[in-house]
Amino acid sequence: MDKSVLNDNCDVAIIGSGPAGLAAAILLKYSGIQKVVVLEREAEAGGIPRHCGHPPFGIREFKRILTGPKYAKKLVETALNAGVEIVLKTTVTSLGTEGELSLVSPEGPSQLSAKRVLLATGIRETPRSARFVSGSRALGICTTGTLQSMVYLKNRIPFRSPLVVGTEIVSFSALLTCKNAGIQPVAMLEEKPQPHVRWPIYQLTRWFCVPLLLQTSIVNILGTERVEAVQVSDENGNVREIACDGVLFTGQYTPESSLVRESHLELDPETNSPVVDSFGRCSDPVYFATGNMVQLPRNQARVPIFYLAENLPNPVDDAGQCWSQGRAVAKNIVKDLN
Amino acid sequence: MTKLLNIKSTTKDNSNSPSLLATADVAVIGGGVVGCAVARRLALEGASVVLLEKAADILGGASKGNSAILHTGFDAPIDSLEMECVRNGYHEYLQIHKSLNLPVLKTGALVAAWTEEEVERFAGILAKAQHNGIEDLRLLNPEETLKLEPKLSSSIRAAILVPREFVIDPWSAPLAYLKQALANGGQAIFNAEVLSGDFDGSNWLLQTSRGGVKAKYVINCAGLYGDLLDRNLLGESKFTIKPRKGQFVVFDKAANALIQAIILPVPTERTKGIVIFPTIFGNLAVGPTAEEQESRNDASVHKNTLNDLHTQAVNRIPALANIPITATYAGIRPASEKKEYRIVEDVSRNWITLGGIRSTGLTSALGLAQHVLGLLENQGAEFESLSEPVVPQVPNLAEHLQRDWETHSGHSAGYGEIVCHCEMVTQREISNALEGLVPAGSVDGLKRRTRATMGRCQGFYCAARLAELTEGRFEEPFAVGKAHG
Repeated sequence: MDKSVLNDNCDVAIIGSGPAGLAAAILLKYSGIQKVVVLEREAEAGGIPRHCGHPPFGIREFKRILTGPKYAKKLVETALNAGVEIVLKTTVTSLGTEGELSLVSPEGPSQLSAKRVLLATGIRETPRSARFVSGSRALGICTTGTLQSMVYLKNRIPFRSPLVVGTEIVSFSALLTCKNAGIQPVAMLEEKPQPHVRWPIYQLTRWFCVPLLLQTSIVNILGTERVEAVQVSDENGNVREIACDGVLFTGQYTPESSLVRESHLELDPETNSPVVDSFGRCSDPVYFATGNMVQLPRNQARVPIFYLAENLPNPVDDAGQCWSQGRAVAKNIVKDLN
Repeated sequence: MTKLLNIKSTTKDNSNSPSLLATADVAVIGGGVVGCAVARRLALEGASVVLLEKAADILGGASKGNSAILHTGFDAPIDSLEMECVRNGYHEYLQIHKSLNLPVLKTGALVAAWTEEEVERFAGILAKAQHNGIEDLRLLNPEETLKLEPKLSSSIRAAILVPREFVIDPWSAPLAYLKQALANGGQAIFNAEVLSGDFDGSNWLLQTSRGGVKAKYVINCAGLYGDLLDRNLLGESKFTIKPRKGQFVVFDKAANALIQAIILPVPTERTKGIVIFPTIFGNLAVGPTAEEQESRNDASVHKNTLNDLHTQAVNRIPALANIPITATYAGIRPASEKKEYRIVEDVSRNWITLGGIRSTGLTSALGLAQHVLGLLENQGAEFESLSEPVVPQVPNLAEHLQRDWETHSGHSAGYGEIVCHCEMVTQREISNALEGLVPAGSVDGLKRRTRATMGRCQGFYCAARLAELTEGRFEEPFAVGKAHG
């Protein structure tokens, strides 16, 4: 930890060291901005790609095909080489007017005063509770984020034979993770008549020997200590029980915008993203936002290649797109500062 | 490790019966809020106490899920034992909370009427409160109500302000009680289900799943299983537990700014109605439902019920429509076939049962413990109360008071890292919860002691780190094994 940034000033403070935040930081430094500080609450920089243990990452950024962890490492190295200051284990506790940020780290609380602040806190999946799914609250119920961080960061597994809920692109990423970790999902569930992803992506279920159950929804999660089974209902309302030791809720992304929600910045209640103009600027012009935390309203959302427009889930951008968005907003910040 | 310590510390008293796990004046069966409060009171009175809990940690039953309100008893049954215990429990909590580092959020409550029919019931509520000695209630018209709580729906007809209904921490309080019991010579044995027992005319020999326990008196605080325990050990039970489930929906912390007071419903003949309440952890919650069920342990939630709770909350506070959901949970109240508390004494067999302790149990527990002491003394028990009892403190989890991550002065600097970002739980808090007098015995126990994973992401960001930090600690762990093998 570099203590020099605490109780200090900087040109641009970036909250979040995922692809969007780091891409912006690097571009800002390359554009001659003096002091660029990236604030990361985790003990390690790099964001979500750190625990996506599969390719393809880095095609757009490094013209190479990398796994998530290698890509994250390379991004961090590039940022450090460019002169970006990355401060770890440092949590922003409030966003003040005039770019006054309240921080806390194991060394204590501090203030950082930034000429511009870029919010790049990313996105997360909607957990079981917020989906109002019926049943027990036993152990073994989690999201892809939990699964992948357990597997790729800590070499552990939360279950051995889970039921996978959802058919977004991340759901298939979860299947890959399961395959790598020796987890055998018992089925993949989708309430809609079609999977969210296009053909042939959903054919992966065949390859992994995971039955894909369409028009099927969870009626009840059973189990006292740990999940023991799930009751599901098919398109005709027939209920049956599937034995499993976990339920993996995938996708249904929502921006990690709690800091914004508690701040003076405007939040769009439909997308849960900070309200931004075409330059990525928030309702307080000192603040900008980029990456996955900025989601467009559904009717304006870009449709990624693996989805059909009529079957688009809550959109989420991949690392390369976040990287581009981070750079684009960083260019606007450079213009704004000069 | 602690389990071993517990056994070790008990063996010294058992020179003539080496197979006994513990010998004590009083055995308290059940580690819910009532059992913890009774163990504390008796330990402070100088009794040797052993608390027997069948689960790996306290609070696994009825005390797991409730609305965490410190009740004045303004609407408790007139001249009832419940009223007496609520009143005494309320006063004792306010006396001891600071010394144990337990929080109080002085919210006050509004009994909100949404129909003329409900307004008509106000006279009865006011009269009852008067009779119960709660005299500071105030009738508010819609304008006054909305001035106090501007985010309430303007369809409010009237309200009664109950200024001294407060919000507390439903899990830290019983933990503090048990900690104080243990710090003053008491013992707690976990994973010790009481299977059978014999009374030899002066002592009970209880057989638990961990071994035998000898005690002069037994206090049955087994909550949802209280009637079964009586039936099993005494041959009969004077009451039958009728489990009543209550589901809750917890809103994001952003909702906390919308409302200051606990919003109570006007109880009707048919239903007690749902409460909208600030939590000590900085959220806003709505519940509980009241669903009779057979099962004593099925605390499952149901989609339609949760949706209904959500709708009701939004009808009362329209701005909640834009607030995300953080959590859902359910608790089971150990109701019986009658409304009142079921306190049963078997004087000839040195046995007291505290049964049918429902919604008010969190408040009344300390009062019930005083009541139990009185009953034991009437039965001839003599204890010499401790002159200088040890007063251990519990970590603060209340949002409005200083949390661990906010303490930085002097020796307390260096919390390691923030492990759970949504609830700002530090590595130091996790480590502390795994140690000490009453270490977490399960994943849920750790959550209740620290708040880890109980925030908006529900473990998306921190479960992996927690799996690592708690490796080998719990019988049912976060992670079931290694990846890649």
